[in-house]
Amino acid sequence: MMTEWPLWEVFIRSSHGLAHKHVGSLRAVDAEMALGNARDVYTRRNEGMSIWVVKAADIVASQPGDKDALFDPARSKVYRHPTFYNLPNGVKHM
Amino acid sequence: MALFEYLLRLGDNTLVLGQQLGALTGHGPVLEEDIATANIALDLIGQARLWLSLAAEVEGAGRDEDTLAFLRDERAFRNLLLVEQPNGDFADTMARQFLFDAWHNELLTALCASTEPRIAAIAAKSLKEARYHLSHSSAWIVRLGDGTAYSRDRIQRALGRLWSFTGEMFEADAVDLELAATGVACDPRGLRAAWQGTVGAVLAKATLPVPADAWMRSGGRRGEHSEHMGYLLAEMQHIPRSFPGARW
Repeated sequence: MMTEWPLWEVFIRSSHGLAHKHVGSLRAVDAEMALGNARDVYTRRNEGMSIWVVKAADIVASQPGDKDALFDPARSKVYRHPTFYNLPNGVKHM
Repeated sequence: MALFEYLLRLGDNTLVLGQQLGALTGHGPVLEEDIATANIALDLIGQARLWLSLAAEVEGAGRDEDTLAFLRDERAFRNLLLVEQPNGDFADTMARQFLFDAWHNELLTALCASTEPRIAAIAAKSLKEARYHLSHSSAWIVRLGDGTAYSRDRIQRALGRLWSFTGEMFEADAVDLELAATGVACDPRGLRAAWQGTVGAVLAKATLPVPADAWMRSGGRRGEHSEHMGYLLAEMQHIPRSFPGARW
């Protein structure tokens, strides 16, 4: 009767961070428990300000086999990269 | 001294419950719950340290938090009988935690308004942790209550077993009344209605009946403990008593 709890992926935005970062996964029966568990497992040492949990089953990942088709076309075209601009000193996080 | 006595009660509740939960580390039903229990244990030990340090300071007899925690005998402990009850199975642990958390939240909320600023400060810090403890234990009461027939039976029995320890939380003695009169403490009797409200709402959500009030046990706050307390202290105090002043 006992079936395994679903897997959840946990994303945390740290106190000084701009974006949520994937930190790991855990098991929980629903979103509420997943948030509680994420708080206990991943934020005990003040790591975070905000937590996202999402069912692992809801994540669609790119296939390793598609790597060339997805990423190679950009690699040889330097004009796609914004490397020709000088950033003012005041601009951070870029 | 009433204030010293009162601070011991606060410190001993959190110390004994923290010790109990600490014993579960590595034994949780799942990894996530194991870590949650350890977190709650650490929160409670942290609170115990604050209360007992203040108690030692108020007493002014050269004792400190360690002396109070590790060198007092059973009869000198002032915790509620509820917190010294054995961990039992997961339902027993969660029932004990829930009944305590619901009370602890009301108590700390009241103590945030204490006229003794150090009590108000510790209460405010502790309340943030206690809120999380209550949401955690409430969630488990609901899950166990409306889970399988087996889990429902276990949690219902656990609540029934522990119910006779809840009356003590709302008893007022001379210490409470003296300190409540000056606004340093709160009258425990005033916490009952809110506690019943919280417990009733969660049990309703868990589809569990509220256990009937019957004979209530009491005595922890006078140093008259249940048979479990001696074993708990023997384990907790063994090292500091065997190796006085040991450090690592």
